[in-house]
Amino acid sequence: MTLLSIRGLSAFYGTFQALFDVSLEAAEGETVAVIGANGAGKSTVLRAIAGVLPVQADAVHFAGRAVGGSPAHELVDLGIVMVPEGRKIFPSLSVEENLRIGAYRGRTGHWTLERIYELFPVLAERKRQPGTNLSGGEQQMLAIGRGLMANPRLLLVDEISLGLAPVVVKNLYRVLRTITGEGITTVVVDQDVSQIMELAQRVYCFRKGSVSLEGRPADLTRARIAAAYFGV
Amino acid sequence: MAEAVRVERTTRAGRAGLAVGLLALLVLATLPVWGAASTMRVLVEFIALFMLAQMWNLLAGYAGLVSIGQQAYVGIGAYALIVLADDLGVNPFVAVPLAGLVAAVLALPTAALVFRFRGGYFAVGTWAVAEVYRLLVANATPLGRGTGRTLKAVFPIARETREVTTYLLALALGTATVVAVYLLLRSRHGLGLMAIRDSEPASETLGVDILRTKLAVYVAVAFGTGVTGALIYLNLLRVSPDAAFSINWTAYTIFIVVIGGIGSLEGPLVGTALFFLVRELLSDYGAWYMILLGGLAIGVMLVYPQGLWGLVAERWDLRFFPVQRRVRLGTEEIAAGPPAG
Amino acid sequence: MGWVDTVLQGVLLGGLYALFATGLSLIFVVMRIVNVAHGDLSILAAFLAVVIVEQLGLNPFLALALVVPLMVALGFLLQTLVLNRLLGRGVLPPILVTFGLSIVIQNALLEIFSADSRRLNPGGIETASVALGSELAVGWFSLITLAVAVLILVGLQLLIGRTGAGRAFRATSDDQETAELMGIDNRRLYALAMALSLAVVAVAGVFLGIRTTFTFSSGPDRLLFAFEAVIIGGLGSLWGTLVGGAVLGVAQTVGAKLSPGWGILSGHLVFLGVLLLRPQGLFSRARRVG
Repeated sequence: MTLLSIRGLSAFYGTFQALFDVSLEAAEGETVAVIGANGAGKSTVLRAIAGVLPVQADAVHFAGRAVGGSPAHELVDLGIVMVPEGRKIFPSLSVEENLRIGAYRGRTGHWTLERIYELFPVLAERKRQPGTNLSGGEQQMLAIGRGLMANPRLLLVDEISLGLAPVVVKNLYRVLRTITGEGITTVVVDQDVSQIMELAQRVYCFRKGSVSLEGRPADLTRARIAAAYFGV
Repeated sequence: MAEAVRVERTTRAGRAGLAVGLLALLVLATLPVWGAASTMRVLVEFIALFMLAQMWNLLAGYAGLVSIGQQAYVGIGAYALIVLADDLGVNPFVAVPLAGLVAAVLALPTAALVFRFRGGYFAVGTWAVAEVYRLLVANATPLGRGTGRTLKAVFPIARETREVTTYLLALALGTATVVAVYLLLRSRHGLGLMAIRDSEPASETLGVDILRTKLAVYVAVAFGTGVTGALIYLNLLRVSPDAAFSINWTAYTIFIVVIGGIGSLEGPLVGTALFFLVRELLSDYGAWYMILLGGLAIGVMLVYPQGLWGLVAERWDLRFFPVQRRVRLGTEEIAAGPPAG
Repeated sequence: MGWVDTVLQGVLLGGLYALFATGLSLIFVVMRIVNVAHGDLSILAAFLAVVIVEQLGLNPFLALALVVPLMVALGFLLQTLVLNRLLGRGVLPPILVTFGLSIVIQNALLEIFSADSRRLNPGGIETASVALGSELAVGWFSLITLAVAVLILVGLQLLIGRTGAGRAFRATSDDQETAELMGIDNRRLYALAMALSLAVVAVAGVFLGIRTTFTFSSGPDRLLFAFEAVIIGGLGSLWGTLVGGAVLGVAQTVGAKLSPGWGILSGHLVFLGVLLLRPQGLFSRARRVG
């Protein structure tokens, strides 16, 4: 069943057009990868889904409902949860408080504080420390954990490997595999192509605000991806 | 086939506005001959409020410095006038622009303090500083303490002469203010100011020295406000700390600019006219005119932030004081500079 | 021993100032708005108490039970109908709108209550004092004010530090956009913060009215003192506002003792001094102000 359906999505930052008539789909339980160079519009798509950007109501359908342009806090109720680019951990909150605030909307499910601590033991060790005391990789884990606390139906992860060392990224993808293995529909944006291609069932490549390539990772050659990525 | 690209700075309305303005100025200049003394007094008040509005508009609408403490410079200008004219023997009419200089000089240490703040804290900080000036003056015996002082230097001058000279001075200063602000905004510095108003970070990358520009505007506005304060009390003749440093000066100014239209040159004119109209209409009802104006100002900010003039200008694309730059390709306009407001 | 007494009075006065400062800084920390009408709203509360006392014959302390809910409702309305509409439009609109509100409130109070000065009379406690040793006497009411200020500060500290709502306040103050991603409705939260602020403002206003006479134009000074207490104490620190209030209070009482007309001015000058020498305040964690 298609959970997320985007059709004819255009988005603007003021007068600057960032997305041109984009279409994208994610079936329930699927992991979708969104790749592309800087400024290609990857994060913009996630922000449009998450309700941060104003877009046409019809452009984004979730579980059959038109949700485009709805405010972000309402979308969390539906189970659309974003792990934002740059982690955006709250400095005034401790690690545990950062996790707790992820559950603000009170959505029930099997993701609890205990399960998050099981998944990310390092967070349990540092639970009383300010969230921003953690290293980059640990903050990313915290951000993901915070997102899971909302028991999402659709998890959006924006630029998961940004600014992180390769060994940290590998670990994050291992965790991500565990999460997606449980059947949460996930859309992951990353500039690091190699890891994400192994994880996803479907990949969209963006270039200059449009989809330049779409398909199953197994069906796409490196050459085709490079061409779509760079426009060569 | 390449078409010529021109940057256009005047508009047809602008040229018409110039003609009308000059005509009006001519008529007003001859008023002493055919008009009543009371009319001249009201016009001086009108021009003074208009000048205060232009100054505050420049500061807040263009430089982004929202001050609610400009009454400090009204008071400083007023007291500087008294000291210069009564105590130092300067001709009272000459003392008016000099009072502006005093205000400008005091603006420097003031800026050193209030520029440590930004945004809302800057606003309240300016109010606090204005209060300091008021209290200092109210405690200063040579300045008349709480009771204040009277401008005695004008006593030797015949009343009619004084009134006419005050009026003509006001007319000259009002015109000078409009011309100065207009020229500033059309100049390179003006472009820098509008860039700051539209986007500080962006303008910084383009080489606009933000701090220096803001400081320069703050001091220049202090000068203009000080001159206006001196003018007001040249007209009223009696100064007291509570009156000269009253927050009401700022209240009138802000309501005028907000309702008239922030960030345009025509807005303050429209706003001042409306202010006088409302005050006249509600003159029998005490403080109600301030309640109405305040409510209007709030309403405008909520619903039509571009103000009355902004509405008119948008609807009919009218600019009597064009400070935009429009880029034209042949006869087709392809881009316009930052809109006024 | 006049000086010890003066300083003590100043510290106790600081309790009242801390009450005013708390309401102001709460709004600023959560919403980044400076409520220029802050002082006038407290005077409005005082006048509300006057009306309630005159019409219902209640003791001013009991009148609080009506004034606080009224001001809370006003806070909700103010935020929801007016200030929330200005979100995303920068710093200018809220300053101008709250300034306009300040002027409107003052002039409305003038029209309704005239320029007469008023005072709330709780029946004697405001003049009662307790002796400390053989030479010092401290007013009961000043002590009560300080105690109430501390109580409210502790209450707020607990609210912000230990509750879900407090977590939401801190998160929104840190990063408003990401807070929305957590499902926090900023507009509702801001209305809650404003309602809370006006509840504190109500208490501050009524206590002011008991302590001293007030008129329609008493508001602006309250705003300035609140502002100065916040700056002196340092932004972001609730206990800093208590110290800031005390420092301001002492500056004012000492200044008044030196020369009657210099009380308030001394407070302003100390504030400017702190601004010059230590702009982040005595206890602040923030580096820059505003």
